[in-house]
Amino acid sequence: MATTTTPRTSDPVPPRRGSDTTLGRDRPLGGFELWTWLFMRISGLLLLVLAVGHTLIMHLPAGGVSRIDFGFVAVRWQSPFWRTWDWMLLMLALVHGINGLRNITLDYVRKPGVRFALNMGYYVIGFTLMVLGTVIVVTFDPTKWGPIAP
Amino acid sequence: MASRSRKSKSDYGSIYKGHEGQWSWMLHRITGVAIILFLFAHVIDTAAVGWGPNAYNRITAAYENPFVRLLELGLVIAVIYHSLNGLKITLIDFFPRLVKHIRPLSLAFTIFFVLLLIPVTWIMLGQTWDLIQK
Repeated sequence: MATTTTPRTSDPVPPRRGSDTTLGRDRPLGGFELWTWLFMRISGLLLLVLAVGHTLIMHLPAGGVSRIDFGFVAVRWQSPFWRTWDWMLLMLALVHGINGLRNITLDYVRKPGVRFALNMGYYVIGFTLMVLGTVIVVTFDPTKWGPIAP
Repeated sequence: MASRSRKSKSDYGSIYKGHEGQWSWMLHRITGVAIILFLFAHVIDTAAVGWGPNAYNRITAAYENPFVRLLELGLVIAVIYHSLNGLKITLIDFFPRLVKHIRPLSLAFTIFFVLLLIPVTWIMLGQTWDLIQK
């Protein structure tokens, strides 16, 4: 993680690898940052289906979120398809979002100690929520509270 | 845009030099942060199903409030914006030649975004209205 910056003395020319064109946006040249850069785009494409689909399915049909209660979740999670969808959404959205927070922090926070503390905070929150969400999605059993009434 | 009357004191100049892209860049960040903050809360409220109907239904009752419904509309709009703008970014990054057509491309995405906003806003304001009437 870069913690120092050099003053700009002229207009920057984005360095590009394997290409003689100057078209396009700047991107990381390699290493961890290139992998997170790639991850953001690949997960973004998947989230385009998972997150937008989830949002439209949950909020727009008649009744909106008012129809969502324990019974709704019990019926919905009888299907392995929706459990898988929700688990993938949980994991991808958390990693995508936490990495977004990390990128923003690297842009605006200059002090290495504060950067480190903030990033560790994001990782702890993200990891905790991944574990919590995974445990619930995998172990949820509504019959513990009686029969499922669709 | 207003002309810049004084020079920035930063060594780096202003963040971007006035292309429309600076607004989509800024909105991308704002919507992204808003969505991840909501996601933190949403994972926890959904996890309440693991504690049974009483716990879950009590927590989701917090969403049955007109003001929260307006926040919910903002969330849905943020998700749609962030997704479409992210798709635009990804297309340009994977096909850099598209940069030559950045303005028509951005215009097309903006028009599509606004067209989606109309039914979404209509439906969700309708739901909010129904909630107020109850």
